[in-house]
Amino acid sequence: MKNHKLALFGAIILFALYLTAIFADFFAPYSFDTEKRQKAYHPPVKIHFDPMPYVYDYKVEFHEGIKTFTPVIDKKYYIKFFSKGRLFGVDEPANIFILGSDWNGRDILSRIIYGGRISLSVGLIGIFISLFLGLAAGGISGYFGGITDNVFMRLVELLMCFPSFYLMLALRAVFPISMSSTSVYIMITVILAFIGWPSLARVIRGMVLSLKAREYVLAAKSLGGNTSRILFRHILPQTFSYAIVSATLSIPGYILSESALSLLGLGITEPHTSWGNMLNRAMSISDMQLHPWILWPGIFICVTVAAFNFLGDGLRDMLDPKKCHEA
Amino acid sequence: MTRYIITRIIHAIPLLLGITLISFFIMQMAPGDYFTKLQLNPEISKDTMEQLRLRFGFDKPLIIQYFKWLSGVIRMDLGNSFVYQIPVSVLIKERLFNTLLLSIVSIIIIWFIAIPLGILCATHRNKWIDIFLSGTSFIGISIPSFFLAFLLLYAASTTGFLPTGGITDAEHSSYTIFGKLSDYIKHLIIPSFVIALANIAGLMRIMRSNMLDEINQPYTILARAKGLSAARTTYKHVLRNAINPLITIFGYQISGILSGAALTEIILSWPGMGKLMLDAILQQDLYLVMANLFISSMLLIVGNLFADVMLAMADPRIRK
Repeated sequence: MKNHKLALFGAIILFALYLTAIFADFFAPYSFDTEKRQKAYHPPVKIHFDPMPYVYDYKVEFHEGIKTFTPVIDKKYYIKFFSKGRLFGVDEPANIFILGSDWNGRDILSRIIYGGRISLSVGLIGIFISLFLGLAAGGISGYFGGITDNVFMRLVELLMCFPSFYLMLALRAVFPISMSSTSVYIMITVILAFIGWPSLARVIRGMVLSLKAREYVLAAKSLGGNTSRILFRHILPQTFSYAIVSATLSIPGYILSESALSLLGLGITEPHTSWGNMLNRAMSISDMQLHPWILWPGIFICVTVAAFNFLGDGLRDMLDPKKCHEA
Repeated sequence: MTRYIITRIIHAIPLLLGITLISFFIMQMAPGDYFTKLQLNPEISKDTMEQLRLRFGFDKPLIIQYFKWLSGVIRMDLGNSFVYQIPVSVLIKERLFNTLLLSIVSIIIIWFIAIPLGILCATHRNKWIDIFLSGTSFIGISIPSFFLAFLLLYAASTTGFLPTGGITDAEHSSYTIFGKLSDYIKHLIIPSFVIALANIAGLMRIMRSNMLDEINQPYTILARAKGLSAARTTYKHVLRNAINPLITIFGYQISGILSGAALTEIILSWPGMGKLMLDAILQQDLYLVMANLFISSMLLIVGNLFADVMLAMADPRIRK
């Protein structure tokens, strides 16, 4: 029972994350490319209550080369809700940088919300392609056996011999270093799906091998069902519950791979945003040490990964009642 | 046993061939090559370019280039790096050592921490320590290694307690032997911990559930019924059976660690194969990329082979 609650908890978090990402234009206080160059590396803004929430404008000063931000407490800027088609915002010149701003003076929270569009969808689309390939390859090679099976399984074994990170980098090299963001996005999903399908295909094949010996398959055969009908309508649907659980549990891997690629500057590039490329500046230790708030996207990655793990674990237990007794 | 090992090695040969083939053709699919970049440099004349192309055999058809490279691989000659102008094998040797050092240290840490913790959780099932450790392991699994690396880097750079990257200090050569050793250890702590954490959490959970499976077996009840102490039953019988399936995991772990270590290496500027691979890709250093891909997959195959052999040694049912 404990796991079911955790799964529900994970599902709610994921729902909230996806919802904010889809309606980013409403939830984010700024656009992902609104730059306030004078307010670069602005620390998180403190919100005061009187009891209405308000913020102060911050004055930028340089002391011996170090930038300091001090609140100007002469004027209160009240947070305005539902103004200009956004959930909340404040009047100029104050800024509502709840999680601070980055090196170009862009709001980190807004960029996280917009970045979620890419970071959260890459995993879903990638796993969808992987599932399709894995089910097709696993189903066909399990059902037909013989040479087809041999060819597919040798290919699968071969692809699984490459350490995935090295394979991912090598595949990335197949494409030009600089591309438009749409093509980068498509490229990343294709690479991730290509790396992900072999392990799925292998397990599906094993399941199909045992399923095709069942009596209901024999019944379908003797009733004259043709091969594709038996395979796609009778056998493969039986593997769906496994496929869904394993898909849920492997989405975090896809999200992390996208983040890693973008983090290294090989994925989504400026001015577009994904959680990985926002962390790119953290690679420079001095930048990170002075402005630790640029690590916020990492927290969102952790939360997403944890939520998918909760959901996947719970789903597995629900579909496999035997397990419930042990845990 | 020897026969089993030999058959396994023979099985690995076609895989290795396939790996070289795939590595080669992936790199051929890349747009342009190192020379298209050189062409942009006005100081290099067309003649020099042609000569370079000839020297590296770029004028021949693909399939001949592949076999030329392959015949070199058999003679342990992995070709020359375009960028560094020295044999690839020299470059890789040093980096390979660093990567292996990091991976082996991480694996030792993982097993020495995860197995006792797993046993502890299973023997104190549903007590506070089990709940605490299981909860913590969930966090451990969910923190991506690169983020953990950032967090530890931040902690190290603000406290100045541990070095923030590299494998040795700049003044390493002036240290005494003990100084050198402790220098290495200091530099190893953060990267090995980053790699270890997620794996510790995973392995601990598996160990716990394996132990619980075995504790419920009839033979455990028999052992207890005939008067064996709880400790003796746990460590003499349950533990041995529970640890057996973990040997297979060991093989997968090697692959996961190799692959996971690469990103950690890049972030923590550990001079391993991951960083070499990234640079080689950015510079389209064809032979270096292929060698990296080839050597890393070979390590993976050797790791799996090693795990299979260990499993065969532990479990007589597997050797036929």
